[in-house]
Amino acid sequence: MTDQTLKTTVLNAAHRALGARMVGFGGYDMPVQYEGVLAEHRWTREHAGLFDVSHMGQARITGTDAIAQFERFVPGDYAALKAGRQKYSLLLNEDGGIIDDLMAGKPDHDGLYVVVNAGNKDEDFAFWRAHLSGDAILTVLDDRALIAIQGPEAAEVMIAHEPVLAEFGFMDCARLMLFGVDCFISRSGYTGEDGYELSVPVADAERVWNTILQDARVKPIGLGARDSLRLEAGLPLHGHDIDATTSPVEGALTFALSKSRLEAADFNGAERILKERAEGPARVRVGLSVKEGAPAREGAEIADADGNVIGTVTSGGPSPTLGRNIAMGYVPPSHAALGTDLKVIVRGKPAAAEVIDTPFVPQRYYRKPKA
Amino acid sequence: MHFTKDHEWVRLDGDVATVGITKHAADQLGDVVFVETPEAGKTFAQKDSFAVVESVKAASDVYAPVSGEVIEGNAVLASAPETVNADPEGEGWFAKIKVSDASQLEALMDKAAYDAFLTTL
Repeated sequence: MTDQTLKTTVLNAAHRALGARMVGFGGYDMPVQYEGVLAEHRWTREHAGLFDVSHMGQARITGTDAIAQFERFVPGDYAALKAGRQKYSLLLNEDGGIIDDLMAGKPDHDGLYVVVNAGNKDEDFAFWRAHLSGDAILTVLDDRALIAIQGPEAAEVMIAHEPVLAEFGFMDCARLMLFGVDCFISRSGYTGEDGYELSVPVADAERVWNTILQDARVKPIGLGARDSLRLEAGLPLHGHDIDATTSPVEGALTFALSKSRLEAADFNGAERILKERAEGPARVRVGLSVKEGAPAREGAEIADADGNVIGTVTSGGPSPTLGRNIAMGYVPPSHAALGTDLKVIVRGKPAAAEVIDTPFVPQRYYRKPKA
Repeated sequence: MHFTKDHEWVRLDGDVATVGITKHAADQLGDVVFVETPEAGKTFAQKDSFAVVESVKAASDVYAPVSGEVIEGNAVLASAPETVNADPEGEGWFAKIKVSDASQLEALMDKAAYDAFLTTL
């Protein structure tokens, strides 16, 4: 049964042919699982998982001073970014709240290629359309699908198709011919594993998907495992772990704040961000090990050791890799130190938890040896 | 065996009902990672939430298919929640309930009716 109100990606029929269970996600009819979340999660950690992330928004931002205009709303230094590199950043509102998190890079010499979350893309694109001026324009790439391959065998699989991909390090990107078509490709992803994201013309997406799947090291992976993988990797999910009220400092995303941009303080929300860096934020995102009982999920209260409620879980669940329950949530900085004993309250029952470092499972991004 | 529209099953033996979730429910949930079963001595009315089953993704309530007093929760599920996926209508039972009103079962579906119900979903 297809929910008629949901949009579909070009790979919808391919998912159904593979026996996927489909759910509504970000306005799209997407595969939540094929053989099962746990099996798919483990396969991705041990081999290579193939993900349809075509529901996400892809766009170009081009024009003479497009990058300078883009930088008014993001705290990353894109002017200094070299061609062939991409960077994670945040689209900020005037209060320094995170409208969305995104990837933007320079796969060629034509401005930026940007990927944003499915649920926010219409809002993001409208925002840019309203704020870009002169010859700077946003071009939505809705004629492209987006496919991610993630896992320790992902590089071998892709290098077998295109040897030049061996030369990519984490966050390198390029526009090149792959599978005989014009692609944007980056060595990145959102699982904590090495891998690539591949933007391909819609007309070729099913052929590329099926070609990659022919490799015995690759299995299709649904959104269920994508979520448990990104949770283990300690990566925030917009709309859950971060949102338009959260600042990058609160969200523990200060790595996305470029030093030069902080010094210039020339972007949306800079005032709040600088103040929070100097004086500390009201709350901060932490990782939690839930030591007993049921998984603590989004909305569960976090209490101090005496039982006083001090915060809320924003995402959580069982970690298939670690074999125990993990969570992320917000607490005051006074309770954010590693090793702090806390409680999470699940269906009225307090359970012991401890602040631990993230990522929960070590990231395995491929960084090129220095020449 | 009797079934509810919420995908619980009941097997009556004397005045004791063994209850659990159906294979269809277990398949829909996916990998079960945690089960909270009720303690002996607790009483529930029909359709009260009496247990919680958690998959990787979400927590779901399980509703009592009949009213009565719990005489035993399935302790195996605490350490081996995956039993619910492996044998949902057997070893993966949730609780044994001393039934207070056996006539409640008459309103539930039999196997043929439940299978027909599934085709309408």
